[in-house]
Amino acid sequence: MLENLKIVFHQGKQFIPNVKTAIVPGIFRGRPVISLEKVNEDEMIALCPTDAISANPVRIDLGKCTFCGECAMRFPEKIVFTKDYKISSNVPDRLIVREGIDKVIEVDPDKVRKEIHKILGRSLKLRQISAGGDNSCEIELNSANNVQFDMSRFGIDFVASPRHADGIVITGPITKNMAQAVQICYDATPEPKIIVLVGTDAISGGLFADSPAIDRSFLEKYPVDLYIPGNPAHPLTIVNGLLDLTRKLK
Amino acid sequence: MNFISIKNSQTILLSDIPESNYESFYDMNLELVLGHIERHCVNYFGYKTGNNIKLICCIADDFTHDILVSTCLVNKAHALESFTPKLLCFEKFEREIHENFGILFLNHPWLKPVRYAFNRDDKSQTIANYPFFSIDSEELHEVGVGPIHAGIIEPGHFRFICNGEQILHLEIQLGYQHRGIEQLFIDKKKLIQRTTLAEDIAGDTVVGHSTAFAHVWESLCGIEASRDIEFSRTLALELERIACHVSDLSGACTDIAYQLGSSVFGRLRTPIVNFLQEWGGNRLAKGLIRPGRNKFPFTPALAERLKQVLDIFEPDFNEMVEKLFVLPSALSRFEHTGIVSNADAISIGAVGMTARMTNMNRDIRTSHSFSLYPELNHIPILKRHGDVYSRIQIRKEEIKQSISYIRKLISEVPALSSKEILLNTPVPGSFCLSLVEGWRGEICHCALTDKKGELMVYKIKDPSFHNWLALALSVRNNEISDFPICNKSFNFSYSGHDL
Repeated sequence: MLENLKIVFHQGKQFIPNVKTAIVPGIFRGRPVISLEKVNEDEMIALCPTDAISANPVRIDLGKCTFCGECAMRFPEKIVFTKDYKISSNVPDRLIVREGIDKVIEVDPDKVRKEIHKILGRSLKLRQISAGGDNSCEIELNSANNVQFDMSRFGIDFVASPRHADGIVITGPITKNMAQAVQICYDATPEPKIIVLVGTDAISGGLFADSPAIDRSFLEKYPVDLYIPGNPAHPLTIVNGLLDLTRKLK
Repeated sequence: MNFISIKNSQTILLSDIPESNYESFYDMNLELVLGHIERHCVNYFGYKTGNNIKLICCIADDFTHDILVSTCLVNKAHALESFTPKLLCFEKFEREIHENFGILFLNHPWLKPVRYAFNRDDKSQTIANYPFFSIDSEELHEVGVGPIHAGIIEPGHFRFICNGEQILHLEIQLGYQHRGIEQLFIDKKKLIQRTTLAEDIAGDTVVGHSTAFAHVWESLCGIEASRDIEFSRTLALELERIACHVSDLSGACTDIAYQLGSSVFGRLRTPIVNFLQEWGGNRLAKGLIRPGRNKFPFTPALAERLKQVLDIFEPDFNEMVEKLFVLPSALSRFEHTGIVSNADAISIGAVGMTARMTNMNRDIRTSHSFSLYPELNHIPILKRHGDVYSRIQIRKEEIKQSISYIRKLISEVPALSSKEILLNTPVPGSFCLSLVEGWRGEICHCALTDKKGELMVYKIKDPSFHNWLALALSVRNNEISDFPICNKSFNFSYSGHDL
């Protein structure tokens, strides 16, 4: 017992006191900012593995971006990835960063269903489904609940059954072999329920979007409540995205 | 003998691989592996040429550090004699070839589909209509788990046949993660797309798979990466090993309900992955490894920073392992749980930690050394018992070993190579095989190019491909309540298997 206490004492306080203002170390690639500088746009577009960059005006779709940073490396005067990890939104258009506009990415409170604030605002239980995810977003979702990021302190937890859940969190591009399981899990979740997509693969299919082994028809049937971009999404992006969706009152 | 000996990551012409008829191909490879513990099959696959199918078999020899490659041309119309009755480690390869091309293997015990690939030969078999193995008995009952599991984890289905609380048999059904990666390697033409695909094979083994791809691509293009590039790869591989091992120790503590260990090991992963982010901008090292390029040069300043990180990490880690490894309530759950015998590990062709926990010396870092490993004089850590405790011990000791390797590496950071490497197009009509020891074990990537130098076949073998069977064997005669700790102690990859 004493030894345990000694370990607890020695390991010290590990939690991040404020997940909204914490600064991530190093050269994190978060929300990009695109300047109005003129560059060879064709070359820039060709650099992107997932066609996330398009021209007129130059813009990056964070739902498609793999955050490899190749564009910013080649054209540092045009594109800079900032350390801003708050890049989640409920509106797909808000995930598109346009040149000359340096604006934070947020959830649009007008488009959030009323019952989400009212019923799920203080307690949100989620069921996670990996549907072709490569285990990177899954690892980061687990990290969001470790002692440092400690998402449970906000009443947001992952539960073991869809019957106990208020919504599903999907990672991965949704493979054909998982399509049925995703549907069954969604059907088993009681109303009101939300759908959250985590990671580039889930949001747009990423590099797998046109693979014949993928079946994304599930997402055409139901509204998505939150998109959390990243490859994988950073735990702070996940925590802030979920808080932004459930806590922001008009 | 009708084979060609090559070294790790060596490119040869396809026409240089000796071709024989199936009978001599069969006899020769059987003779090579049977009774030779130092030799094992690292890849055996087929590809279509016209109406025929060409089979390529690659046997790695750990003593001579060679890889023995042979080939033969077969047709779907003719059934082939199976290797499996004599060499169980071929069973999965043969199942894969059967699934993809419909070749019938005579005397194969169970040609069960491997992953229900989108381009499989028999589309009438689906993952939903698969008839599980069952035993008709009043005493036995079945327990089905998955594909969606209780935690945040990838999908797979486990079907247990139990006698009371005791597991008699476990059947593992995979394929839910199949994204068609091998085909995408051919379809996506840009190098950056292929590199990103390699990073997406298994998100927990980003460095392992992207290093294997980089080695294949550089070799196909006839270039050699400079020392600073190989330095970064070696360093990143060892950092990835620490991050994953420490995270697995946390998982093992969670599964025996030891909260303190779970929290402490869980949080100890963070400084390591945060360092990867400081270095390359991504916690899982995505975007770090590139063929022919040092995208994020490792500077002496980063070396100093990493030294600080390890100096803080080590005492925190040591104090927790010292406690865990003398804790009777933990040891009683780890010891004699989920045992795989040495004979079983050899017969199924286990690789990586799964092999080493049964005293089987199989480690690509020594047997087919690559990057800067020859300078580190790596000695694999071996355990004898093949139980959960052995697997946990290997993790503990490999973390310590990795830290010492990293300290050695960063004491002398190589200068940046000023020479710019230009990646040409790959050599036409060639074959390359690359082996890398990831944290789970041996990763094998094979590439074949056509007459124009375009990628024609890309074949990936994750260490989990064979190792999943070890999990099924380990849980026999264990309580079903011990399944989570058995599963976590192996921690195999679903996406790496399903591709």
